[in-house]
Amino acid sequence: MSVVTPLKTAAEQALSAQFAAAKAELPGALPVRKLREDAFAGFELKGLPHRRLETWRYTDLRALLREARPLAVTAAVTDAVRARLSALVLDGIRLVLVDGVFVPELSTLESLPDGLNVHSLADALVSGREDIARVLSGPGVADADAGLMLNTALMRDGVFIEIAAGTELSHPVAIVSLASGEEERAIFHRSVVLAGHGVQATIVEISESAGPAASQINGAIVFETGDESDVQHLRMVTRHAPETVQVQSLLATVGAQANFESFALVCEAGTLRQQYFVRYAGEHTTIGLRGVNLLGGSEHSDVTLVMDHEVPHGTSREMFKSIIGGEGTGVFQGKVIVRQYAQKTDGNMKSNALLLNDGATMFNKPELEIFADDVVCGHGATVAQIDGEQLFYLMARGLPRPQAEALVLLAFAGEAVEFVQDETLRALVMAEIEAWLGKREASSVVSAI
Amino acid sequence: MLEIRNLVVKIADEDKQILNGLNLTVNDGEVAAIMGPNGSGKSTLSYVIAGKEDYEVLDGEILLNGENVLEMEADARAAAGIFLAFQYPLEIPGVATMTFLKAAMNAQRRARGEAELLTPDFIKAVNGAADKLGIAKDMLRRPLNVGFSGGEKKRMEILQMALLAPSMCILDETDSGLDIDALRIVADGVNALRDKNRGFLVITHYQRLLDHIIPDTVHVMSQGRIVKTGGKELALELEKSGYAAYVEAA
Repeated sequence: MSVVTPLKTAAEQALSAQFAAAKAELPGALPVRKLREDAFAGFELKGLPHRRLETWRYTDLRALLREARPLAVTAAVTDAVRARLSALVLDGIRLVLVDGVFVPELSTLESLPDGLNVHSLADALVSGREDIARVLSGPGVADADAGLMLNTALMRDGVFIEIAAGTELSHPVAIVSLASGEEERAIFHRSVVLAGHGVQATIVEISESAGPAASQINGAIVFETGDESDVQHLRMVTRHAPETVQVQSLLATVGAQANFESFALVCEAGTLRQQYFVRYAGEHTTIGLRGVNLLGGSEHSDVTLVMDHEVPHGTSREMFKSIIGGEGTGVFQGKVIVRQYAQKTDGNMKSNALLLNDGATMFNKPELEIFADDVVCGHGATVAQIDGEQLFYLMARGLPRPQAEALVLLAFAGEAVEFVQDETLRALVMAEIEAWLGKREASSVVSAI
Repeated sequence: MLEIRNLVVKIADEDKQILNGLNLTVNDGEVAAIMGPNGSGKSTLSYVIAGKEDYEVLDGEILLNGENVLEMEADARAAAGIFLAFQYPLEIPGVATMTFLKAAMNAQRRARGEAELLTPDFIKAVNGAADKLGIAKDMLRRPLNVGFSGGEKKRMEILQMALLAPSMCILDETDSGLDIDALRIVADGVNALRDKNRGFLVITHYQRLLDHIIPDTVHVMSQGRIVKTGGKELALELEKSGYAAYVEAA
């Protein structure tokens, strides 16, 4: 067997040079430095993920990243950034990252409730805490991912949130991550949420761009939640330049008798890969991953998830809804692993897409890997057009076609949004979807004229 | 007034012709019934009048108050006054019935250049009409037609008809799937809407519905055209003798 060493692409070469130049100044005590070195060595072996890798089959990052942008080193707090922050409708605590760098002055740190502790990731990396390597690593199923390796090697900052056992947070904690969009930059950030036993909390992640320049963003969030905790996560990836390329990884290790739910809204996100690596660390735990993808133009949204049921009595629910117009491409790859001892696992995975026109594409790839014999696991994937019968019914009642379509689409997306538990946040998500549909409705009226 | 002249229609993607030169007039204030065997084209006729796209009109015209509606999309026909009560009302998951009713009423008002309804007026109108049809408030909060029984769906159609106040109502097999009590409620709802300015086209297989909604005229349809027209007694005759004679005649 011959060993083929592929030639490095220009972007891969640039990343190697960037890492060599930056590794001395990237924050981290010794264990973190080792983690970075190991991760980058792993990345160098694999290179940028490409379509011949099954897990990256539909999102060829090697082809997409022709050039690696210069690393963002500092936060460019521009007028546009400030304007966007003041326009943001969001109650509760705000932790602001600009270009991947935590900006305390823009954050609301003065009145944190008891039990909530916030640091910058950079501080946590140099703090010398003993569990840092474990905390950063997350579930084992994430280990081989080159996108995540790159994040580990190059993460500059983020927030490190600790929620003490028994704490019930009455307001969401929002990590607002803005790319300044002043210049084309590569942003590597990671945040960590450690929630103790019995914690109830809602974490919001906003990813937006304040300026017009397209960024390359590699973000990660790591959750480690304790037994009997209930952690809700909402991610909104919006308002990015069309040429933006992003990888957003979510790593979660969830304790026993716990509840963890994540919902992601994607619209105007350029090319986005969201990947979830989730591990059931205790029995009788329920995990839900859901999301809505609204795609147009040449946008591309990839949702790839791995649910690792290691223990019995785990429940998993996945529901992703995609509405795809223009030349947009949606990808859903969902893998549910039920290991030998994970009896009584109850899994249900759904990916439904509506294609609005001929140029739109959806790839669905649900996978079940079941090694236990007493489980209930199902999946359903559909790709369809707007139901003509429903449309006719609404039009026969007087709704013009664009409005009738918008109503059907809103209802389609709404089925997943229903699972966002916080009422205010649910309304925020619905408002974003309505705004997107409104733009579409307006443009179709123009084209009809 | 609805006038249909020499209407020839085929299914858009097939070579199958369904309506073969159909002529029909329904005057304002008139309740006209169309009876006919399965496959005679009754439902197609209702869809073509309402503007469904799955059909291709090869010849003829459909005039509502003198205006040809064939060039209009379904929503424009609705705003012009055509209402089709569906044989199988569609379920629209995720759309609350109240949201839908308001959107429909306001869309028609906008199309006619009228001001949109104020919310209190809208709620008053819906509650008043719902009470008359025995529709519970809970049903109005649910997604449109989702999980409704056959009777509830048909009542919801009549509620929409009452709220949208069309000038030409087409009832497609409204009696199908109804027990006798539900049939009476629906028929009472329709009768309450009878008006000298409003025409009705009641499509049915059976005489039964016409015991409750007494027609002025009865048309027999077979193989895509009207083959006999008479008064309400014609329905009784058909009940006895069946359609066989007309199928052969066509």
